[in-house]
This record gives sequence, structure tokens and C-alpha cells, in this order.
Amino acid sequence: MANVFTNIGDWVNERAPGLMPMYRTHMTEYYAPKNFNLWYYFGSLALLVLVNQIVTGIFLTMNYNPSAAGAFDSVQYIMRDVEWGWLIRYMHSTGASLFFIVVFLHMFRGIMYGSYKKPRELVWLLGMLIFLVLMAEAFMGYVLPWGNMSFWGAKVIVSLFGTIPKIGGALVEWIMGDFLPADATLNRFFALHVIALPLVLLLLVVLHIAALHEVGSNNPDGVEIKKGPKGNRWDALKPTDGIPFHPYYTVKDLVGVGFFLLIAAFIIFFAPTFGGWFLEHDNSIMANNLVTPAEIKPVWYFTPFYAIVRMIPSFLGQAFWGVLAMFGAIAVLFFMPWIDRGKVKSIRYRGTGYKVSLGLFVVAFLGLGAVGAGVTAEVIPEWFGNVDLTFWENLFGRVMTIIYFGFFVFLWAYTYFGWEKTKPVPDRVTVHD
Amino acid sequence: MKQFLPSLALALGLLASTIPAHAEEGHGLMASGSSVRDQAALQRGAKLFFNYCVGCHSLKYLRYSRIGDDLGLSQQEVMQNFDLTGARFDDPVISPMPSESAATWFGKAPPDLSLEVSAKGADWVYTYLNSFYLDPHSPIGWNNTALPNAAMPFPLWELQGTQTAVMKSGSSDEVEKLQLAHQGKLTPEQFQQATRDLTSFLQYASEPAALQREHYGIWVVLFLALFTLLAYVLKKEYWKDVH
Repeated sequence: MANVFTNIGDWVNERAPGLMPMYRTHMTEYYAPKNFNLWYYFGSLALLVLVNQIVTGIFLTMNYNPSAAGAFDSVQYIMRDVEWGWLIRYMHSTGASLFFIVVFLHMFRGIMYGSYKKPRELVWLLGMLIFLVLMAEAFMGYVLPWGNMSFWGAKVIVSLFGTIPKIGGALVEWIMGDFLPADATLNRFFALHVIALPLVLLLLVVLHIAALHEVGSNNPDGVEIKKGPKGNRWDALKPTDGIPFHPYYTVKDLVGVGFFLLIAAFIIFFAPTFGGWFLEHDNSIMANNLVTPAEIKPVWYFTPFYAIVRMIPSFLGQAFWGVLAMFGAIAVLFFMPWIDRGKVKSIRYRGTGYKVSLGLFVVAFLGLGAVGAGVTAEVIPEWFGNVDLTFWENLFGRVMTIIYFGFFVFLWAYTYFGWEKTKPVPDRVTVHD
Repeated sequence: MKQFLPSLALALGLLASTIPAHAEEGHGLMASGSSVRDQAALQRGAKLFFNYCVGCHSLKYLRYSRIGDDLGLSQQEVMQNFDLTGARFDDPVISPMPSESAATWFGKAPPDLSLEVSAKGADWVYTYLNSFYLDPHSPIGWNNTALPNAAMPFPLWELQGTQTAVMKSGSSDEVEKLQLAHQGKLTPEQFQQATRDLTSFLQYASEPAALQREHYGIWVVLFLALFTLLAYVLKKEYWKDVH
């Protein structure tokens, strides 16, 4: 039997001599720093969720009906009549939310350890593109079940483009293919969600990983292992502080995968709606343009950005500024490698100003999320009694918006003018767990 | 790894603490105490539904056969007790009332209740069922504190009896509380139990998969716990020589 496999292997290798070298380059001879900590699980987990979304998505597509008349019913058909349909759908809907949790943490890791800095700018830019496409993908997927929140969420989000001066109105019609989210909208969102955007995502993910393997992974110390001493047990010329990705990190990531799936399984099997955060109550009502939900809000992962739109007031007779600020909040992240001019990568050796401002940035992001999700609208009257809700919510939201953008301004000034007092960076990576 | 477990616990705790703040929209609801795990309660709830509700409300996403399978009832039991319209065993539960006429009679067609608990929450449904009162100002004679000016007359009145509203002092339309003016066939405790059963049945109707999900979930979680443990041991073994 072993002989058969060897023969097949030889047969393939003779005809595709590049395959084994490629496997080695990316797996057994890709030397990753040996000091990765728990923040380094989220890259492989994002890949796992992507695969989950594609596989479960294929099976959902087999039973879903992309029409305004049939979409809502077909989701119930999947939930009730399709064998294991409920599991497939919950894996997909939970996967969507977990995708964002994992990607947010993955991005935060990149910021914390300066992984966007030279020579990894391209890795960061490709990652940001993935994030952008992922948001579009998630938004369109959210519309497909054709619940009432899907409908109104789509209407509100697409209407944001309507604030663009002059072309806004026509643009909104062009996107929806109708005056309201309707059959035409659902059809095109379905096509984009199941074919166009996943293809783009996959391509970008391949490029992201290829770009990473070209320059090598960063690590929690922000030390370039390629500049350190050479020679390890496997190769006399490779970094001493590097270990082969396979088997060391494949087996380590397996532990992360186990933990992650455990959490995912808890949600899928015991709290699939996650208290209305992952699957919203209003989406159990079919889309109806005559009945507006009590409060229209996007799914939790868009709430920080949605809050920014709400917090920016109209100005000079234009409501466009809020939308501009929202896209700006994402666009500014693309420029991280050039905003942050500090030479020290890792937060471990950076100045106090950096640590404090990054902490505030996290607070602002979560605070904006709370505003966008309507948590502040609930909590302010509860905690402070009969106060002017709009005033206090706007005040809070605007302070958070200022802190969000202030982080980037401060970071630039802090590093450009050399105010940062860094600690000495070690020559070699330190500990590993 | 040593820092991982506490941080994970912390993260989960933080996540969990945000759930109640968001869970049920609306405040001042009664706790339904409903559950899909008690099959006897589901059967009692189904009986109430088919005695008092199906005349107007459909469960268009739920088939009679599914009710039989999930509630431990035979085809004969289901069709004899629940089928009022001559539907087949594999058909969904459709109310005999034509919805166009219903819209004319009540001003609004009675909604399908397949997803009522998913949309409004079990507590809301339970509260609604317990909040009907006689209102001489209402065109149908009934009103409801959970859904003011509801177009629905109270079908369970012969069970609960009739409630009347005690208004807030100095107000003619703000209800302070409801009181039982006339007791029906059931005591207040029995009626609460009955509406709890009915809510449980509607909760089941919203998501029949909940029964399977929790059944399989335990085994999946146990398997994954074992898998993670083995993966961890394997990782330890591989990483012995990394210093």
C-alpha cells in the first residue's frame, strides 16, 4: 500500500516539480518566530471561519430562494425541513459574527505589535482590503434572510450613499435596482454574496499569506528574527529563533482551533441568537416596508462605524459628513504604516503615550459600538434617570468619535516629532509560552 | 497558555454580561418560565393552542407530522385532536379562517404565530396572554396592557375569567394594575400554568430545532473538550524541544 502512495507521489512530482518546494516554503521550511502568544491564534482561526462560511454557504445556497417572495420562507424551510439545515444555518450565522470577533482581534494584534511596519506594509494593506470586502460580504449576507431588520438595515445603509451631493439619489436607485430594497436588490446581493465577493476574498487571502511569507512573521517582541543569528536544528542558514511552521505551529493552532470550536459550539447549540446579538428578534418578521422596527440598527459588528454616522451633525446643508467620517474611520486604518513613524514595533518596548492612547482607542471603539447598538439609549435612562437622552448620548458618542480619530492624529505627532520615549528592544526574541 | 485560560474566562464573562442588557426588548414583562424541554407541558400547550387559537391563527411553518414526532404523539392522536380543517398529516397548520374575511372582521388579519416567540420573546407572549382586560371603550370590548388597543378579543376568558383595569389616580387611560373581577374555570395559579404551557408550545413552534440542538449540543461540546485536551497534550509533546 505504501508503495502505491509513493508511486503516485513520484508520478505527480515528476509532472509538477514545483509542488513539494511550495509546500516546504510555506509549511515545513517556513520559519516562524518561536515566541508567538495567544494573539497569534486569530490568523489561522480567521482562515478556519472562512472555510466554514464557504462550506456551510454552499449548502445554504442549495436550499435558499433568492426572491423577495420566497427568501423568508426558504430560510424557515432550511430551519425546519432540510436535514440538519438548522445546524448549517446556525454555523453560518454564528460564523459571521465570530469572523468579525476574530478579525477585530487579529487586526488589534497587528496594531499592538506594529506588524504593519516596514517591511510588512503590503501585508497590512492586503489585510485591510480583506476587512473591507468582508464588511461588504457580511452586509449583503445579512440582507438575504429578508427579515424586517434585513430590509430596514439595507434601506438605511444603502441610503447613506444618498447623502452624496448631486449623484446620491441616482446612486441609491442604481445600487438597489428599485426605489426600495426589493426583488432586484435581493437578486444582486445574492449573486455578490455567494460568487463575486467570496472569490475576491479568497484571492486577497492568498495574497495576504503570500505577502506575509515573503517577509516573515512579526512577533510579540517586534524583533526581526531574520536579522538575528543564523542557524537552527533544521537549516544552517535560517534564523536561530525560527521554528518550522509545520509541525510546530500547526499543532499549536490545533489547540486554538479546539478552544475556538468549543466556544462556537456553545453558541450554535445553546444560544444561536446570542440574546438577539447574532440573530435579531425583528428578523423573525418578514420584510415589510409598511412596518418599521422600533429601532433600526445594524448587526453588532457594524455598530461602531454606524455610530460615527449618527454622531456627525449635518453641516452646510449637507448630511454627507457623517458618511464621509464613517468611511474615513476605515480608510484611516489603511494608512497606519505611514501614520505611525515610531521605529519600535512592539507595545512591550513603546512609550507610555502609545500604550495609553491605544487603550483609549479600544475604549472609543467599544463606546461607539455601544452607541450604535442602542446600548447607551437603554443604559443612560437606567443609570441617570430622567435626563436629556439625546444630549448625553450625542455628547458621549462625539467624545468617543473624537478619541477614535484623535488616536491617529496623536500617534502621528507622537512619533513624527520624536516625543516617544521607547525602551531598549532586545536583540533576540524573549520568552515563549 | 497560562494567561490564556483566565483571559478567555474574562472575555466570555464580559460578553455574557452584555447579553441581558439587550436580551428582551421592552421592560416590565412577566417572566414566562417557559421551556421546550418539558414534553408534557408542550402537549398541554398544543392542546390549548388547538382549542383556543387555531380558529384564527395559523402556524404555517409547522407541520402536523412534526408536532407528532416532537411531542411524542401518534398520527392518530394528532389528527383526531388537532386537525380541524381536514388537512393531511404532512400539511402545515393553517387556520380555517379565511384571512381576507378576518381582516374585515377585526380590522387586521390575525398574524401567523409560527415565529411569534422568536420575534417578540417568550416573556412578551406570556405577559400578553395574562394582560387582557374588559374595556368598555374598545370596539371589541377587550384591551391589553402589553399591546394597547390590540384588535384581538380574549379567547381564554372562560379559563381566566375577566380582568378589569384599575386606573392610575387622576388618569383615565393609564392602567395601574389589572384585577380579576370574575374568576373563570381556572384559579389564577392554574391559568398562569396554562399560559406558561401555551407559551412553551409557541416557543417550540418558533424553533422546533431547539429540541435537537440541545440534544446533540452536549455531545459536540464533550467531544470538542476531549479534542482540545488531546491537541494540548500533542502540542506539549511537540514543543518539548523548543527553548
